[in-house]
Amino acid sequence: MIEKADQIFVLLGHWLVSFLPVWLQQPVLVLLGVVCIIVTFPALFAITVLLERKGLGRMQNRYGPNRVGPYGIFQPVADGIKSLTKEDIVPLNADAVVHFLAPVFLVVVVFMGYAILPIGRNMTLVNLDAGILFFFAIGASTELSVFMAGWSSRNKYSLLGAMRAVAQMISYEVPLLMSSLAVIMMTGSLSPNRIVDAQNQYTFGLPHWYVFTPWGLAGFILFAVAGTAETNRSPFDLPEGESELVAGYFTEYSGFKFALFFLGEYVGMMGIAGLGATLFLGGYSAPLEVLGFVPSWFWFIAKVMVAMCFFIWVRGTLPRLRQDQLMNFAWKFVLPLTLLNLFDAALWRFMGPGLLRWFVCSAILLVAYVALARIGMTREKFGPRSYRYAE
Amino acid sequence: MSLVFYILAALTVAGALAAVLLKNTVHCALALTAAFAGLALLFLSLDAQFAGFAQILVYIGAVAILVVFAILLTRDSETPKDTVYGPRPLIGLVAAAGIFAVLGWAVLRSAAALPHENASPAAAPNVTVMDIGNALMGRYVLPLEIVALLLTAALIGAVIVAMHEKEGAR
Repeated sequence: MIEKADQIFVLLGHWLVSFLPVWLQQPVLVLLGVVCIIVTFPALFAITVLLERKGLGRMQNRYGPNRVGPYGIFQPVADGIKSLTKEDIVPLNADAVVHFLAPVFLVVVVFMGYAILPIGRNMTLVNLDAGILFFFAIGASTELSVFMAGWSSRNKYSLLGAMRAVAQMISYEVPLLMSSLAVIMMTGSLSPNRIVDAQNQYTFGLPHWYVFTPWGLAGFILFAVAGTAETNRSPFDLPEGESELVAGYFTEYSGFKFALFFLGEYVGMMGIAGLGATLFLGGYSAPLEVLGFVPSWFWFIAKVMVAMCFFIWVRGTLPRLRQDQLMNFAWKFVLPLTLLNLFDAALWRFMGPGLLRWFVCSAILLVAYVALARIGMTREKFGPRSYRYAE
Repeated sequence: MSLVFYILAALTVAGALAAVLLKNTVHCALALTAAFAGLALLFLSLDAQFAGFAQILVYIGAVAILVVFAILLTRDSETPKDTVYGPRPLIGLVAAAGIFAVLGWAVLRSAAALPHENASPAAAPNVTVMDIGNALMGRYVLPLEIVALLLTAALIGAVIVAMHEKEGAR
């Protein structure tokens, strides 16, 4: 029964396909998987948007959407209808073809990343040997879409936003890769399934997730920071800083193309969250051994949604960075720490089991963290924080 | 040679031609990206996963972005009024033909040097990413380190160039 619930989608797919001739079965099965991904994640996107608007409202002492349906739960539907029926304006001077291609390219590329994510046990669409590499290769192409959007609009705000976005995405891609490299090094495989399998073991009912090791925790935090910046998410959302650039690279987009950008951004965030869950949080494995009866796909989706809630929380809490702070943070703080974390992971591997490696590896990371932060602070000549209150 | 190969080859060649023939520099850069993507897909259709993904990661994710960035930073991206060809197109043509001849000669020679040139493609050994990693870290570790050193030197050089400019401005 537990096994059935866990594999329900796999079994359902095989059952549906069994009515077809043999030569058609495999392609249709893949197609079904693609359709499932394209349906599930935009649905989660709608839930996330509602959650975000409600949550941000709560954090900012206001109601958020509460007109459409009970407690405003049908707001995403209304938003969807609005963006579908709104006039699609293309600026007169815009490069029409590139202007059109940019959002389409973004959405296509963002969905391609899901091909390698193990959403549940036996639920990876394409079980690639070099899956993680595929995800990063695909993720790198989103920069091109951002550039296309910003350049083709023939708008200074758009162009500035695109240049900021591309510079930021290039800068944070390095720490993103480097922090995942520690996991790949420890697993000895680029395959997401192998990485999840390596973490899907339990001692005393507690899981072997990488996040529960010193290097894993540091890697996870660095990955979260880099992932937030990579998806242009607050507090790293300078490319679309509305107080300076209207809306950044999608200033000139309206109607459904804007909706596509919006969708692409959120689906990309869920993709990064899914990758982070796969790398550090044990992917589809249950957080406790006793909870193993809950289907594996539920855990993956739950982890992604928790990450999205975290993104919302961060957005509601932290102020936006300045451009130079953003770059300094990437190159002078995050990148050195990820490099050290690689070394730390290697040390962890070669020190063998025991309590000693916990102390040594944690100490190295803590000392480096404090030292880097102190040096950075003194060089910037920051004084002690001063608070001023309105009288 | 299957249908997939011809589609991908057409995409690659069309992208490369467009990169040379289009007037707008940014369009050229985007067409070049399409050519890179076609090449990556060709690698993938040959089951060379690592080469294909590295092609996407390096060429589309880094080189293409760098190209468009350079275009944006160095000159305004308006369409040039005059022709895109340089003052001496013939020299360029000769140089390109020369490089193509050398590359073609090298490829043909290496194909003849292969031990099983008549073997079917299906008989090719299944090379995984791990094999490539082992080869890079084992047999080819010296070239790898030399390349790494070269890249580090280039990186430091770039940083020094940038730093000088900043000091001059002060």
